[in-house]
Amino acid sequence: MNGLTAHLEERRAGGRKLLVPYVMGGIPDRGSFPEAMVAAAEHADALEVGLPFSDPLMDGPVIADAGERAMASGTGPLDALELAAQAEVGAPKIAMTYYNPIHRIGEVEFCERAAAAGFAGLIVPDIPVEESESLRKAAGDHALAWIPLVAPTSSARRVADIVATATGFVYAVSTLGVTGARESLSERAARVVAACREATDAPVVVGIGVSNAAQAVEATRSADGVVIGSALVDLVLRSGSDAAREFLAGVRSALDTGG
Amino acid sequence: MNTRLIKPEGSVGVDGRFGEFGGRYVPESLMGALDELEREWETARADPGFTDELARLLKVVVGRPTPLYDATRFSERVEARVLLKREDLAHTGAHKINNTVGQALLAARMDKSRIIAETGAGQHGVAAATAAAYFGLPCVVYMGATDVERQHLNVVRMEMLGAEVVPVEAGSATLKDAINEALRDWVTNVESTHYIIGSVVGPHPYPELVASLQSVIGEEARTQVLELTGALPDEVVACVGGGSNAVGLFRAFYRDDSVRITGIEAAGEGLDKRHGASISAGEPGVLHGARTMVLQGADGRITEAHSISAGLDYPGVGPEHAWLATSGRASYQAVTDEEALVGFKALAETEGILAALEPSHALAHVLAHGGASETILVGLSGRGDKDMTTIARAGKG
Repeated sequence: MNGLTAHLEERRAGGRKLLVPYVMGGIPDRGSFPEAMVAAAEHADALEVGLPFSDPLMDGPVIADAGERAMASGTGPLDALELAAQAEVGAPKIAMTYYNPIHRIGEVEFCERAAAAGFAGLIVPDIPVEESESLRKAAGDHALAWIPLVAPTSSARRVADIVATATGFVYAVSTLGVTGARESLSERAARVVAACREATDAPVVVGIGVSNAAQAVEATRSADGVVIGSALVDLVLRSGSDAAREFLAGVRSALDTGG
Repeated sequence: MNTRLIKPEGSVGVDGRFGEFGGRYVPESLMGALDELEREWETARADPGFTDELARLLKVVVGRPTPLYDATRFSERVEARVLLKREDLAHTGAHKINNTVGQALLAARMDKSRIIAETGAGQHGVAAATAAAYFGLPCVVYMGATDVERQHLNVVRMEMLGAEVVPVEAGSATLKDAINEALRDWVTNVESTHYIIGSVVGPHPYPELVASLQSVIGEEARTQVLELTGALPDEVVACVGGGSNAVGLFRAFYRDDSVRITGIEAAGEGLDKRHGASISAGEPGVLHGARTMVLQGADGRITEAHSISAGLDYPGVGPEHAWLATSGRASYQAVTDEEALVGFKALAETEGILAALEPSHALAHVLAHGGASETILVGLSGRGDKDMTTIARAGKG
């Protein structure tokens, strides 16, 4: 069993809801990014680190703008991997990256570098299960958990094919659309989670559109955990790492007490 | 009416591959819609009800067949007989309408209630808005903010046609960012919306779908050249940005071994400076849902392209071209901004035709290298009205 999987399943078995915050590499700036990682990881069960990319087509304005800002100050996707190695964080790190940087330097080389930088898992939002076989193998060879995405539009057959590849958790896309805060969580979130449950025992974590403690609690009525992305990135940029830590402490507490 | 919607054998596998290129690299949310589109398209292309209606629309809406034009005075400068396939005379002034009419017909068949499109120079946006208006469908066109400013006339045209034009500020605020934004819209509204992509790019089945809808260009041209000259041309030349007019022209000649096929990319300010030549100077990568040749940095970030012609200002290329280049069936050359202006001017002076800057790249190549062939067929993909300000400014510079 992959290290990340064992870690998450142990926590889940203890009745804990999983909190997976997302930080963008190089944000708020190169120097303060390690501090932002440490802050975000404090109450986390795993930490997702976004690698800045020129064409982030799954991302809404907050994360896309943060990525542009990171690149403008000299943090590209591979720089972000290396920056992430500079901080000792209290949770396993997962790299979230678009496929072309991986394709460009080579799947094996990329996985080597990610593992060397201390990553424990990989999320690639623009590679469907049909195209990911060799990358999944490379990830497995480097002890990187594979975290595939399931969408509200995925057929039952696709859900089964996708979750069969999961070695860390399944990322359930809560709603149609790109990353970003939403007023209410789609009812679809529960349906997507249910569809995943039919097909796997792996932890199911809901992402996209989860922006506060109340939504996290709502999502974890069915799911094992939540990813919080845009709301956190926005907070890190506007108010800094301490505010991010405080916000996540609130989410953690709400998850632990059920609201 | 000659509308062959049949795949060229051997070029396309069941999984949408063109050799090692093509495929589907998109968020999971879109996979269902792409499967549906592929299914509907395979059914439609085999249904005479669909193909007959498409043939009718190409005739009465688009104005097909477009003429084959014997450019006799231009030919004197080349020392070869140059024949022009006049897509500039199609409705809305470019080949783009062949694709949008076909895809809008398909969208109506799929009961989609909304059309979205991206556009660079605005030609595809205008063609999409035109087709949407014809079918009574609301249309949103994403356009880079830089292009909105550069191509104001086409923005007004789209709005007159009832489309909503959404400026995209992200990234380089040009065509590639407009495609990203259209894909984001599609991820969000995939159940109600059909995305009419404007070139032979994107995830499967788009490259094949658009190529099939544009292949009417080459089907007509091949017949017209044979009627006019009694023989096949020695060479077929077209400009390549994403490459839809080129694939549309080239496909009819893949099996004619005697015919050389040449695609012309934008060398911009030169291949060692800013340009749009993804095949001549790029590497394999994944952009907008397909594996193809792309302009990128060592870490896989996509590089901004440059060309004097907005239609060639794109850091990728259709996967079918990447395959044609790798397999050796076609060769690709690059022509600079400056050379394209020479091509433009030569055709205006000798034939009284104001070509768009995109096909002016192909004309420039023929001017410089045409003497090696006896008969050359050139794809004149669009008219130059949209480029007058750019050309006037370049003339003064």
